[in-house]
Amino acid sequence: MILMREVHMDLISEEKLENMTSMEKIRLILDKVKKGKIVVLESGLTPDEEVRLIEMTMTEIRVDEFSGIEIETYPSKKGGSFLDKIFGKTLKGRMTVIGPANQIHTIEKDKYQISTKVSLGD
Amino acid sequence: MGFISSFRDNLGAWINKIFKKKRAKIGLYGPPNAGKTTLANRILKDWSGEGTFGTVSAVPHETRRAMRKEGLIINANGSTIELDIVDTPGMATKIDFKEFMAFGLSEAESKKRAKEATEGVIEAIKWLDDLDGILLVMDSSEDPYTQVNVTVIGNMEARKLPLLIVANKMDLPNASPSRIKDAFPQHAVVQISALEGSNIDNLYQAIATHFG
Repeated sequence: MILMREVHMDLISEEKLENMTSMEKIRLILDKVKKGKIVVLESGLTPDEEVRLIEMTMTEIRVDEFSGIEIETYPSKKGGSFLDKIFGKTLKGRMTVIGPANQIHTIEKDKYQISTKVSLGD
Repeated sequence: MGFISSFRDNLGAWINKIFKKKRAKIGLYGPPNAGKTTLANRILKDWSGEGTFGTVSAVPHETRRAMRKEGLIINANGSTIELDIVDTPGMATKIDFKEFMAFGLSEAESKKRAKEATEGVIEAIKWLDDLDGILLVMDSSEDPYTQVNVTVIGNMEARKLPLLIVANKMDLPNASPSRIKDAFPQHAVVQISALEGSNIDNLYQAIATHFG
C-alpha cells in the first residue's frame, strides 16, 4: 500500500486580507503555519506587517516545537510613480509565501521568480 | 525646565547649522554573519581609535544585544558628520538551536543562545523605530534575495529613511557585489571588505554624503 502524504496549502485572497487588521493577519498566518500549513497571500503584507510578523514569530519559537517561519516575497517594485510619491502612497505588498521553517526551503529567488521546496512533516 | 531644554536643543541645532556638522543615529542591520560587528569595530577603530563593539565569531548570532557608540565624528568628502552607531543583532525569521550545535556548542549552550538570539532579533526590530538611517550589511558571496534584506529595505522605503547597502566580504573569491546591485538597483551600494579594510574610504564618503 502506498501512503500518500499531504501538504496543506491555504491561498488567501486580497479581498480577505483587505478586511483584516495587521494583528489579525499576523495571528491568522502564525496559527496556520504552526499547524504545518503553507500560506500564500495574494497581496502580501506591508513592510511594517512583515517586521511585526518576524517579531511575533520570535516570541513564539519553542525548542522542538516551532523553530520559526520561512517567508518569501519579491523585492519592492522600483521607485513608484511620480504621483505616488507626491501623494505619499504606501508601497503595496506583493505575493508572499509563508511556511514552517522546518518544512519549506527556498531553492532560488530572484526579481521575477521564487522557487521553494516543501518537505513533508514527520 | 521645558524652556531651558528647548533653548538648549535650539542652540545645539543652531551651532550645528553654523558649523555644518550634522548628527545622525545609524543602525547596522543585516542577516547573521554578514559582518556587521566587524564593520562596526572598524568604524570605531578608524574614528575613535579605541575599543570594540563586540566579539566576532563564525557562529551565527554572536551579537545578541544591540550596542550603541555615540559621537563618532567622520570627516570625508569635505564634510563632517557626527554619528551614533548602533550595531544590531542579526535579523532572522527562524532560529533552531540545532544550528548552534553544528558549531560544537553543547545542547544547553545552544538552547540558551537560541533563546537570546530570538530576543536579539526583537531588539533589532525595536531599534528600527529610533534611527535616522541604516547601513544594510550583506555578504557579497551570498544570495542577496533573503527575506531579511527585502524586509529591511521595504521598511526603510516605507519610512522614507536613508539606506546605504554595504556589499561586504568582497575579499572572498566568490564575492559578487554586482548581484547585490542588480537585486536592489534603486539603492546605493558600496562594496568593501570590513575585515581587510579595503575600499573603506569609499564607504565613509558615501556615509557623509548619504546621511549628512
